[in-house]
Amino acid sequence: MKTLVIADVRKGTIRKSTWEVLSEACRLSSDVEVALIGYSISDDEAKKAAHFGALKIHVVDQPEFQTYVNTPFIHAAKTIVESVNPRLVILPTSESIKDFVPGLAQKTGASAITDCCRIEVKGDAIQIDRPLMAAKVRSSMETAHSRVILTVRAGSFDVVEPDTSKTAEIVKVSVDIPELKQVLKEVLSAASGKLSLDEADIVIAAGRGCKDEAGIKLIEELADVLGAAVGSTRAVVESGLVSATLQIGQTGKVINPTLYIGCGVSGAVQHTAGMGNSKVIVAINKDSEAPIFNIADYGLVGDLFQVIPVLIQAVKELKAGN
Amino acid sequence: MNIFICCKQVPDVAMTIQVREGQIVTDGMNYVLNAYDASCVEEALVLKEKHGAEITLVLIGGESGKEALRKGLAMGADKAFHIQDDALNNCSSHVAARVLQAFFKDRSYDFILTGKQAQDSDMGLAGGILAGELDLTYVTNAVGLDVEDGKVVVKRQGDEGVEIVHMPMPSLITCSNDMNDPRIPSLKGIMSSKKKPMDVLKLSDLGLGANDFASERSKSTTLSFSLPPQRQAGQKFEGDAETLVATLMEKLTKEAKVL
Repeated sequence: MKTLVIADVRKGTIRKSTWEVLSEACRLSSDVEVALIGYSISDDEAKKAAHFGALKIHVVDQPEFQTYVNTPFIHAAKTIVESVNPRLVILPTSESIKDFVPGLAQKTGASAITDCCRIEVKGDAIQIDRPLMAAKVRSSMETAHSRVILTVRAGSFDVVEPDTSKTAEIVKVSVDIPELKQVLKEVLSAASGKLSLDEADIVIAAGRGCKDEAGIKLIEELADVLGAAVGSTRAVVESGLVSATLQIGQTGKVINPTLYIGCGVSGAVQHTAGMGNSKVIVAINKDSEAPIFNIADYGLVGDLFQVIPVLIQAVKELKAGN
Repeated sequence: MNIFICCKQVPDVAMTIQVREGQIVTDGMNYVLNAYDASCVEEALVLKEKHGAEITLVLIGGESGKEALRKGLAMGADKAFHIQDDALNNCSSHVAARVLQAFFKDRSYDFILTGKQAQDSDMGLAGGILAGELDLTYVTNAVGLDVEDGKVVVKRQGDEGVEIVHMPMPSLITCSNDMNDPRIPSLKGIMSSKKKPMDVLKLSDLGLGANDFASERSKSTTLSFSLPPQRQAGQKFEGDAETLVATLMEKLTKEAKVL
């Protein structure tokens, strides 16, 4: 089954979520090609897709893709889909991908299903599972359509070990961009240079219990000593203490770190929908009845303002001992 | 200004959801206006107060869907259309977009708003597909809206931060619930909503027969529902900060081996 994986490329770098999707695509199919749409993508970066099993790599490298609005991405993705003519198109999930996939589905007449956490090929049909209702329920769906676009929920599939001896043909594709009716005026960036929330191995999440700037500062300090990324609940974003790019949950990011530490997080479903797949969940909350304790591997009933400073010290000692 | 908002009525996802024999148990379920759509209504009302506007709601759904429309009218929207047809029960994003295309094709509007996803399906496709069907430019996940010099100024939550995007009129914008806190309808609003126009439309009123969206219907089928594997509550510790941290460090390094 001819399969195309459209990568998540940012600032010329292919993101980890793409390897997850490509690993699964190569398990499902022996005929997998990859599309990279971005700006200043080096050949060395493009070749990485071959190491995960792609047979051909299509690269659209144009200044129009330095920033994001959907029209050029829909156009470039459609151009590659029509030339490769795959039965199955699979993408990771990001805010940009969530934005252009509906347009791509409409322009290519494809059937689209988002947020898939299982994909199987059954004869002519493609079956998927996906969570819904704030991840409280899972549905199994099937499509026999001739063109299917799937987006994958983060953390659903294991990344295979790349084989650096594998090679693939790299095809440079040039795309004529139609005149844009939408104009990106400005990007109000969140603090950059910090660890990316959806790629971090350890995430420290700030909940309502962090109260104020002093609480957020403690969270950041703990994240620093652990080499972790900071995330938060919606309540903390709404209070203006952190940027909305840090929101974890049904309307924010879906994360699957090795270690998640929720500090003053109550564990509302809107939040747990985005972090329930973490490998190890630690909760620090002074309310012993907080629902997060029902899903936490290790629950500490205590005041985060007392516990975190001690934890920071303990982590520092551990790291110094290593 | 002429603003249309596409709405959906959804089960209240804060409730306990049960699954029996592969189907979601609907007995005793409460239904509400999709929270993302409620944010669209709130944002449109703010624009109306600022610039003047007529706000029209449109909803696809069964008889009970009128409650969700009533809520939007009580908040302050001006009128509503209820597309009600048994053929549309639990319809997919593809089918909803096709039906809404038929609804919009001969109407004029400055822009269409809809929630970035429905709280029940969490699919997030119908808005963008509808935009494509109507040949409109679209943007998803808006967290702020304004109108300036004939353009819609959209703040969109993107991957790297908030993107300020200028959209033409007409265009389609999907909204996040992070853009506002929808107002609670006042008693006066609730009373006056009962006098506001709500037209019920059948598929035939839109010039559609069931075969007109056979291709959209064939795009996907839901086979069954299940409850996802539940995480078990682990170990819970109490004590002073020093004891708690010592226990946690022991567990993380020796038992879970993640540090």
